[in-house]
Amino acid sequence: MFEGRDIISIRDLTKKDIEAILEKSEEMNKLLEQRKTLEIMKGKIMSTLFFEPSTRTRLSFSSAMQRLDGTVIDLGELKASALAKGENLADTIRMAEKYSDVIVIRHPKEGSARFAAEISEKPVINGGDGANQHPTQTLIDLFSIKKFKGKIEGLNVALLGDLKHARVIKSLAYGLALFKVNLILVSPVGLEFEKEIVDELKEKFGTKITQTNDINAGIKNADVLYASRIQKERFADPYEAEKMQNAYKITPDVLEEGKDNLIVMHALPRVDEIDYEVDKTKFAKYFEEAGFGVPVRMAIISLVVQ
Amino acid sequence: MTEKELLARKIENGTVIDHISAGKGLKVVQIAGLENESKETMILLINVSSKQLGKKDIVKIENRELAREEIDKISLITPEATINIIRNGEVVEKKRLEIPDMIEKILRCPNSNCITNENEPVKTKFLIQKEPLELKCWFCERSFGIEEFKI
Repeated sequence: MFEGRDIISIRDLTKKDIEAILEKSEEMNKLLEQRKTLEIMKGKIMSTLFFEPSTRTRLSFSSAMQRLDGTVIDLGELKASALAKGENLADTIRMAEKYSDVIVIRHPKEGSARFAAEISEKPVINGGDGANQHPTQTLIDLFSIKKFKGKIEGLNVALLGDLKHARVIKSLAYGLALFKVNLILVSPVGLEFEKEIVDELKEKFGTKITQTNDINAGIKNADVLYASRIQKERFADPYEAEKMQNAYKITPDVLEEGKDNLIVMHALPRVDEIDYEVDKTKFAKYFEEAGFGVPVRMAIISLVVQ
Repeated sequence: MTEKELLARKIENGTVIDHISAGKGLKVVQIAGLENESKETMILLINVSSKQLGKKDIVKIENRELAREEIDKISLITPEATINIIRNGEVVEKKRLEIPDMIEKILRCPNSNCITNENEPVKTKFLIQKEPLELKCWFCERSFGIEEFKI
């Protein structure tokens, strides 16, 4: 079902595909809890090509491959690689394809992962392409919601923050739409979802969507609050980004207004959007969510690598 | 309306693109001629009376039949146009334009942050939704209206 497949966009996956990955992730999570390792990637090599900064994605992919007894080769700092001499992405991919069994790529240009997948015969996994997609993060988010809430279907999920630029939010919205959730879109004026995406979610998936600029109204009926940071690096004017940064802050007081069993998730890194005081409350699930990066990526690697 | 009344002569061999939405004729000339630096004689008629459309534009290209890619591109800007192939003064083929499901190579992605706008060996590809007309980039996954393209 998955052998040799690229994981480029959540839109390429069916609900059945996602359920199969979540099931495999649960299997991997149990193994990790029992402190067991698997040797299924023994002798296999993963290339990690990160053209943009990353902490969690890079580390958890690396950890996942090594937990499966495989090894990782990394492009390293861009200034130390041939890219600094002007080598193009296509040639870099052709090289990585020869050196490894699977390629993980993060790149600032949208469509870069799809382009890499067209060049490489080995599976390519998208670790984030510009403001477009971050499918493995979505799979981690869906896995987390299922773990914390016992189900995904029918939940009220509030997506909060920079909906215009955050790729994790865009990816997640499509993933959630497959599970018939009700979406509540909460963002500062000017950082709303693109109209085309809202229309597509409504028309193609029949998703019920409410949109608001008011954080309190947005979380009132939510079961899950998924926050995202203002994507400063994607703003032409840094001053605009700073102004927006302070517009939406989640504090314990704000959360008290919501449902008692509300959970707060975030792909991290956070800047100012979640008060540190929230970390100690029962609502905070973002660190556990980050932890699930390893079993979910173990599942993905084990499914796609031949 | 007869050829005489059109103030433009008949062509013996080549292509006549008829029923072009009024005002789009110049774009068609651009696609069929200027982009390829073609040397053929071209005739552009603007605001010709038409029973069907009220007003229409017509483009005649002497001694050349259009390539598939040019026809696809024209179909996006004026889908109601018809293409007549002329050989020895006779219309030998008449076809209606059809918007393709996919268009490759010939359009540039309007998203400046798309990988296809980088110096990479990549051909653009757009999946086309017809009602309403929307083109979705295969690479960056963004959708655009036809007016967002520089044609």
